Amino acid sequence: MTGLALSEPALQPERRSFASRIAPVTPVTASAAPALQLSGISLAFGGIRALKDVSFDVRPGEIRAVIGPNGAGKSSLVNVISGLYRADTGRIVLGGESFAHVPPGRLPGLGVARTFQNLALFPGLSVAENIASGLVFRRPAFAWLPFLPASRREGRATAIRVREIAAFLGLEAHLPRLVSTLPFGLQKQVELARAMIADPRLLLLDEPMAGLTGTEKAAMAAHIRAIRDRLGLSVILIEHDIGVVMGLSDRIVVLDHGEVIADGRPDEVRRDPEVIRAYLGPDAAPLAGAA
Amino acid sequence: MSLAVEAPARPLLTGQRLAILALLALAFLGVPAFASPWTIEAILLPFLALSLAGLGLNLLTGYAGQVSLGSAAFMAVGAYAAFNIQLRLGLPLPLTFLFASTTAAAVGVIFGLPSLRLKGFYLAVSTLAAQFFLQWLFNKFGWFSNYSASGVISAPVLGFAGITFDSRESRYLLALTTVTLITIFVHRLVNGPARINLIAVRDNETAAKVIGVPVLRTKLAAFALSSAIIGIAGVLWSFTYLRTIEPEGFNLDRSFQILFIAIIGGLATLRGAFLGAGLIVVFPLLLSRGSAWIFDGGLDAGSVQLTQRIVLGATIVTFLILEPNGLSSILDRVTARVRSLMGRT
Repeated sequence: MTGLALSEPALQPERRSFASRIAPVTPVTASAAPALQLSGISLAFGGIRALKDVSFDVRPGEIRAVIGPNGAGKSSLVNVISGLYRADTGRIVLGGESFAHVPPGRLPGLGVARTFQNLALFPGLSVAENIASGLVFRRPAFAWLPFLPASRREGRATAIRVREIAAFLGLEAHLPRLVSTLPFGLQKQVELARAMIADPRLLLLDEPMAGLTGTEKAAMAAHIRAIRDRLGLSVILIEHDIGVVMGLSDRIVVLDHGEVIADGRPDEVRRDPEVIRAYLGPDAAPLAGAA
Repeated sequence: MSLAVEAPARPLLTGQRLAILALLALAFLGVPAFASPWTIEAILLPFLALSLAGLGLNLLTGYAGQVSLGSAAFMAVGAYAAFNIQLRLGLPLPLTFLFASTTAAAVGVIFGLPSLRLKGFYLAVSTLAAQFFLQWLFNKFGWFSNYSASGVISAPVLGFAGITFDSRESRYLLALTTVTLITIFVHRLVNGPARINLIAVRDNETAAKVIGVPVLRTKLAAFALSSAIIGIAGVLWSFTYLRTIEPEGFNLDRSFQILFIAIIGGLATLRGAFLGAGLIVVFPLLLSRGSAWIFDGGLDAGSVQLTQRIVLGATIVTFLILEPNGLSSILDRVTARVRSLMGRT
């Protein structure tokens, strides 16, 4: 873990200044309001009901895990929150606004960033450019013109920010490389960096550990915790690796067949007989006790 | 993206820049002085116009990932727009170029609208609409060709600030200057901030949308710019090379030719357009000269032409199998090899 090269004073003022730009009016009481509130979300694909009346909230600064067996509806849930799917019923409250469907293009402006289960990087761009792409939404419309001094200033500011994030995640040495030439584990971190650079208040991580080696998983878990501790943002962590989730998250939602079957602190969820039956199988109770 | 982290400050005169400067000096000074009339008329003028068209299409297909089969139609829009601007408004040359390209850009945006919903093959098929509709339009309504009886109009001589671009050399220099300036612009563009927008849309539209890249605007801007450049290529094709304008010159064959130039040269590279145009335009001409010399009346003209097509087709297939990323990658490998031989790794 290289990480944490970012000094707190360097980071905090910037976060505040940026946050104030995208959300100029934040009532004092809003700090207590949930970062995300889902109520009654249902989603069906033809006859298959992927999500059934799912409701839960995410508090500011918490790591909220969503677990469940294959096909439980975890990824559908992330796609509903990020607006890629349109829920049939239910509301999503984000940044003080209530949506039936969140327009995906507005996510960065609402302070939401996400990663994808299967990498969704831009293979034709370098690592630096991939990370910088997370800031494109902030760019004024004219700034794509290469000749303007304002574009150049923007480019320099972006480059500095890219370096900071890269240093934070230990990616500095790889910045000029084409992203597709990086090993899978590093590509996952680049995707995390791209999500982080926009300084989100809510980070959606769709199976960030999938396909990683044991060492890489530990590093990723440390990164996620460090991001939360340093930036104070909320994290929704979709995960398969139940061991990682138990150690990392504040509260856990368990989905099975599209329904919430348990919701609580890790130790509560771990003891929940329904979860043990659904998630680990009927014979797995002793294993769960040992985990 | 001109990120400072990316490239450590390079010396102003790298080998590559020297090579480009030498090439430009040769093109601007050497060619007008020494090249034969045939070289300029039959090789360099079509080469320049089609390189520019390939460059325009490469911006759209190579960088922004939107396939188009309507390039020739946008060339036609540029050519007819320039003709009518000269005829009816008599604007000076730079304004003629500007308005011709703006017209092509506007038409490009209209036919780019399906790209907001369609991708890949489906988009390619929908751009065929531009090809057929525009060709039909220029045939059907005599106004565009000033009611010329044959439908073929001879392009007026271009002139600006007391210079008339009538002679072979002056037409060549006009085309060369235009292509050079536009190439510099596109180079700056695709290595500037717009690079991320274009390639993000090409490589992963969903991810681009989620991180807030303006996907729709980027696609339409790519269609507009690409069509504007291809429109200028149409002006060069009609006014400096053929000196006539007719709808048949801008048919589907021409669109395919431009697509081949972009693919064979190398998508998402600028020099690819020039290498591709070199192969597509120059190679057949050299082939026909060569075969005329080899067979020298031993074969009838039809068989010779057929043989040329077979050789050209086989060459293209061989190139693509050896290097799917186009001639540009082959050039990369060759220069890398030369460098290592010179001990400059």
